Amino acid sequence: MPENFVSDRLARRQVRHTKERAIESILFLAAFVSVATTVGIVVILLKESFVFFQQVSLWDFLTDTQWTPLFADAHYGIVPLLSGTLVSTAVALLVAIPLGTIIAVYLSEFAPFTVREVAKPFLEMLGGVPTIVYGYFALLFVTPLLQMLYPGLPGFNLLSAGLVMGIMIIPYVSSVSEDAMRAVPMALREGSYAMGATRFQTAIRVVTPAAFSGIAAAYILGISRAVGETMILAVAAGMQPRLTWNPLEPAATITAYIVQVALGDLPHGSIGYQTIFAAGLTLALVTLLFNVLGHILRKRYRQAY
Amino acid sequence: MGDAAKVREIRALIAAHKRWDLAFAMLGLLALMVGVLTFVALFGQMAIEGAPRLSWDFFTHFPSRKPDQAGILSAWVGSTLVMIVTAATAVPLGVGAGVYLEEYAPRNWMTDLIEINVTNLAGVPSIVYGLLALGLFVYQFGLGQSILTAGLTLGLLILPVVIVATREAIRGIPAAIREGAYALGASKWQTTSDHILPYSMAGIMTGVIIGMARAIGETAPVITIGALTFIAFLPAAPFTGDPPAGLFDWIMSPFTVMPIQMFNWTSRPEAAFHQNAAAAGLVLVVMTLSMNALAIYIRYRLRKNIKW
Repeated sequence: MPENFVSDRLARRQVRHTKERAIESILFLAAFVSVATTVGIVVILLKESFVFFQQVSLWDFLTDTQWTPLFADAHYGIVPLLSGTLVSTAVALLVAIPLGTIIAVYLSEFAPFTVREVAKPFLEMLGGVPTIVYGYFALLFVTPLLQMLYPGLPGFNLLSAGLVMGIMIIPYVSSVSEDAMRAVPMALREGSYAMGATRFQTAIRVVTPAAFSGIAAAYILGISRAVGETMILAVAAGMQPRLTWNPLEPAATITAYIVQVALGDLPHGSIGYQTIFAAGLTLALVTLLFNVLGHILRKRYRQAY
Repeated sequence: MGDAAKVREIRALIAAHKRWDLAFAMLGLLALMVGVLTFVALFGQMAIEGAPRLSWDFFTHFPSRKPDQAGILSAWVGSTLVMIVTAATAVPLGVGAGVYLEEYAPRNWMTDLIEINVTNLAGVPSIVYGLLALGLFVYQFGLGQSILTAGLTLGLLILPVVIVATREAIRGIPAAIREGAYALGASKWQTTSDHILPYSMAGIMTGVIIGMARAIGETAPVITIGALTFIAFLPAAPFTGDPPAGLFDWIMSPFTVMPIQMFNWTSRPEAAFHQNAAAAGLVLVVMTLSMNALAIYIRYRLRKNIKW
C-alpha cells in the first residue's frame, strides 16, 4: 500500500508541523510577558494617577512645598519627597562614583590576576546583600558611629542612609565600568606603552576616554539604582516628608513614602491610596529619564573598534 | 647641560611616574578595602548582636510581643512558599522567553520591542513592581494579599535576570551543534529541547539562582502589596482545613517573609528587638550569600569545563 504509506508520513509531518507551530507560539507568549508587564506598569500608574490628578491639580503637585496627604489639612506637593530622594542620591553618588571608578580602573588596568579573581566575586556578593540588611546596618551601626563624630546628628538622617546606599551601588558602578574598560582593544594600550607611557597615564589618558560611554552608562545605572532604592531609606532616613537640602536631617523619599502608606491600612480607592501611585509615577518617570539619558550617552559616544 | 645631567633628569622623571603608578595601585586596593571593611563590619556587627538569639526556638517560634520568645517560623515558611511560586513563574517564562529570542525570533520590530523591553524592565525600581501588583493582582484580579500575589510579583521582578542568563548561555553554544541536529532531521524544537537546553542548563541555573537570591531579599514590593508584618499562624498544609481542601490552599493565604520580619523588628525602638533583627538578618545574609556563592561556583566550573 504505497499511497497509504505516503499519506501516513504526510499526516505525521502535518502533526509535527502543527506541534512545532504551537511550541513557537507558546515561547512567543512567554517572551511577550515582558512587554505585557511594561504595559501593565504604565496603565496602572497612569490610571490611578489620573484619578489623583482629577482632585489635585498638576500645578499644586509640582509647586506646593508640603506633602501631608494623610492630615486633615492635606497638601500634595511632591517637592519635599523629591528633595529627600535627590539629597540621598547625591550622598550615595559621592561615595559610589569615586570608589566605583577607582576600583574599576584598578581591576581593569592594575590588579594582578589573582586579586581580580577574588575581588570580582566579592563585589558581586556585596551587591547581593539584601537591602533591608543594609538598612539595619545604616540605622544601628553607621548612624551611632556618625553620632560619635557629630553628636547633634538625629537618629534618622539622610547622610548615613546615603553613605550605606553608596557602598551598596559600588558593585553596579564598578562592574559595568570595568566591562567597558576591558572592551577597549589591547592595541590602544600597547600603542600607549610603546610611546613610553606608564600604566597610570595609559589608564587615565587612553583607556578611560575610550571607554567613556560605558563608564557614563555605569554612572547612570548607579543613579537610577539610588533613586529607586527603598528599604535603606525607609529604615534609616525616617518617613517624615520635609523639604530639606541638608543631609544631616531626616526626610522621606518617594520610595519611603510608598512603604509608609503600604504599611498602614488605607482603603482601596481613597485619595491616600492614589497618592502612592502618583508618587510611583514620578519615580518611574525620573528613572526612565535617567535610563533614556544613559541610552543616548551610550549611543552617541560609542566608539567602534 | 651635560649628558649625565640629562640622564639623571630623565631617570628622576621615570621614577616620579612610577611612584604615581604605585600610588594609584595603592589607592585601588584601598578602595577595595572600603568595600571589604564595610562587609566585615556589617557581618560582624550582626553576628555579634544576633548570634546569641540563634537557637532552635528562634526557627520554630512565631513572632511575639516579648522579644526573647519571638521567632521567625512564619517568616521562613512564608519566604519558602513565596519562592516556590516565584520559581514556578520566573523559570518557565524566563527560559521560554530566552529560547524564543535566541532560537526562534525573526528579525522584526516585535523582536526589537521585546528586547528593548527586557533591558528597560531590568532598570525599573522594585517598588514600582509592587505598585503594579497592588493595582493589578490585588485589586484588578482579586488575588488579595496572598502568597500567590507575592510570588507572581517577585517572579516578574527577576524575569529579566533569567532571560538575560538564558540568552547568554544559549549564545555560547556553537552553531555546529544546531547544524548537526538539523542534518540528522531533527525539528527546531527537538534541537532545542534535546541539545540547546541541556547544554545551556548550567548557565541558566546560574541566572535562576542569582535571581532567586535577589527575590528572597526583596522587601519593598512585598510590603507594597500589603503583606502583613505580624503573622502568628502558618498557611494551611495541603489537604488540611475545611473541605473542599486541596493541594494549593496555601497559595491564597496571608503571609509574611524574612525581610519584612526583619524590617518590623528593626523599626521598633526596643534594643531587644534589634537583636532579633540582627539574628534574622544573619539568616537572610547567609542564605542569599550562599546562593550567590553557589551561582559563582557553577559559573566558574562551567568556564573551566566546557570547551567547544
